[in-house]
Amino acid sequence: MISGRNLFGIRVAIAVALLGIWQYLSQARHLEFYLSKPTDIAGRLDQWISDGTLISHLQATVFVAIVGFAIGACAGLSVGLLLGRAATTAKVIDPFLMAFYSMPKVALAPVFVLWFGVDTSMKVIFVSLVVFFLVFLNTYSGVRNVSREQLTILRLMGARESDLMRKVVLPSALVWVFTGLRLSVPYALIGTILGEMMATNKGLGFLLANTAGTFDTTGTFATLVVIVALSMVFNALVRLAESTLMPWQARLDEQEVSI
Amino acid sequence: MAASKSGRLMSIPLKITPEESASSSLDRSSPLISFEDVSKVFNLREATFHAVNGLNLAIRPGEFVTLVGPSGCGKSTLLNMVAGLMKPTSGIVSYRGVPVVGINQRVGYMTQADHLLPWRTIAGNISVPLEISRIGKGARRARIEELIELVGLTGFEASYPTQVSGGMRKRAALARLLASDPETLLMDEPFGALDAQLRLAMQTELLNVQARLGKTVVFVTHDLDEAISLADRCVVFSSRPGRIVQVIETGLPRGRDLLALRFDPSFLKLARGLWETLTPELKSVERPT
Ligand SMILES: Nc1ncnc2c1ncn2[C@@H]1O[C@H](COP(=O)(O)OP(=O)(O)OP(=O)(O)O)[C@@H](O)[C@H]1O
Ligand SMILES: [Mg+2]
Repeated sequence: MISGRNLFGIRVAIAVALLGIWQYLSQARHLEFYLSKPTDIAGRLDQWISDGTLISHLQATVFVAIVGFAIGACAGLSVGLLLGRAATTAKVIDPFLMAFYSMPKVALAPVFVLWFGVDTSMKVIFVSLVVFFLVFLNTYSGVRNVSREQLTILRLMGARESDLMRKVVLPSALVWVFTGLRLSVPYALIGTILGEMMATNKGLGFLLANTAGTFDTTGTFATLVVIVALSMVFNALVRLAESTLMPWQARLDEQEVSI
Repeated sequence: MAASKSGRLMSIPLKITPEESASSSLDRSSPLISFEDVSKVFNLREATFHAVNGLNLAIRPGEFVTLVGPSGCGKSTLLNMVAGLMKPTSGIVSYRGVPVVGINQRVGYMTQADHLLPWRTIAGNISVPLEISRIGKGARRARIEELIELVGLTGFEASYPTQVSGGMRKRAALARLLASDPETLLMDEPFGALDAQLRLAMQTELLNVQARLGKTVVFVTHDLDEAISLADRCVVFSSRPGRIVQVIETGLPRGRDLLALRFDPSFLKLARGLWETLTPELKSVERPT
């Protein structure tokens, strides 16, 4: 097994090597127009940070992504829990849900743009709808997969529906909920950026469209770097919430396998 | 270590409220649980299984009844019917004179598999029935501590079920059962996974709890010595479909000393009789039918 420190070292080495190759290629082969180069990108980021460009665009994007994500996740969780527990209703609508589930979610994006236009509140709606579907479908599957034995054991102890919900259904579905949340992070960002690219003059999406439109390759790459970093931060936050809310799952990963 | 622990554990009083212990507003002579002509057939896609056939049995309040019989003879099925998880195919299973329909909340059921909640620690699992009966936080904590000590799990309160051994999970399930404090205990091979000393300690505890609180216990086991030593009455089943082949009234005294009992002539005689009854049955299981 690789220790944590070695792992980190190896990753840094790979990153440095890749950046080195990039820098070399664009300089030696004069590909700056297509590839820009790491030093220029770093310089641009530094400039954006000091002149406040970055913060204002970042703010707009983060706002839309987080608000949309929060609304979508809460709604998806609640509806998923309720429908998951309503056995008869669930049976009736099951084929419809499966149809939704098999639909590629990005295919929805243009439709939503068509329906809702492109200002901030519309972007929030778009992001929350995409997140809603992912979280809802996963929560719903999680609730449908709750162990009937565990429910029965608690019923024998005199549990009410609210007890079952809090002590069995929610914790057992939580693994699925987080799968939905993790899947939602890139979609929330894609949704936000897509919306910003269509119009408005704020946000990383706008920055992307603007720099690309003016053949400013360095600016485009710098924006991409910021988007990747943002997505990593969001992912880390979801992971953190996951290990805080599901300590038993974290233990399971640490412990040795026994069967 | 386990043996020395048992001596200490026996002195721990279990807290119960008077209403809860008054399991016998019911007439002592009328049965608490009764099976009348009960049959259970499982229709599977491949075949039909007669798990139980024409069974008649009445269990009195406060009685300790053990069920023994070859694997697959329908013992767990009987407990499931008392708990209301399964309906008999024909015949009636009644509890307090009323046919069991739906989940029977008067019984506590320690199933063959432990079914602990994996997202709760050992202490958290024991806490579940206490939370369901809306017991306050302080009282709950004290009760959990008591039960943890009773089943010898001190030091493992904060472990998750996947982090402890099979026998420890069984003990946690036992503590959870006692925490729910039902009037009837249905126990399906509860001590099968324990070592000999620990098993003796747990058996002793169970007898204490039962005697003190007047619980009715229906106890499935494959250990013939256990089947006799704990029982007021031991019911012996044939192989599937389960019929009763013998009912042994042990006549052993309440408050019996389980260790001394092992060498008691009347116990030895009963145990020997049970072995003799069951041996042909066990042989017939080995032969393909
Ligand atoms: N849910 C079920 N569906 C179909 N068949 C079942 C089901 N439960 C039990 N059976 C069948 O009923 C018979 C009795 O099962 P049961 O679990 O009651 O046996 P048991 O006496 O408890 O056995 P063991 O001592 O091995 O636990 C078995 O032959 C089994 O195949
Ligand atoms: Mg069984």
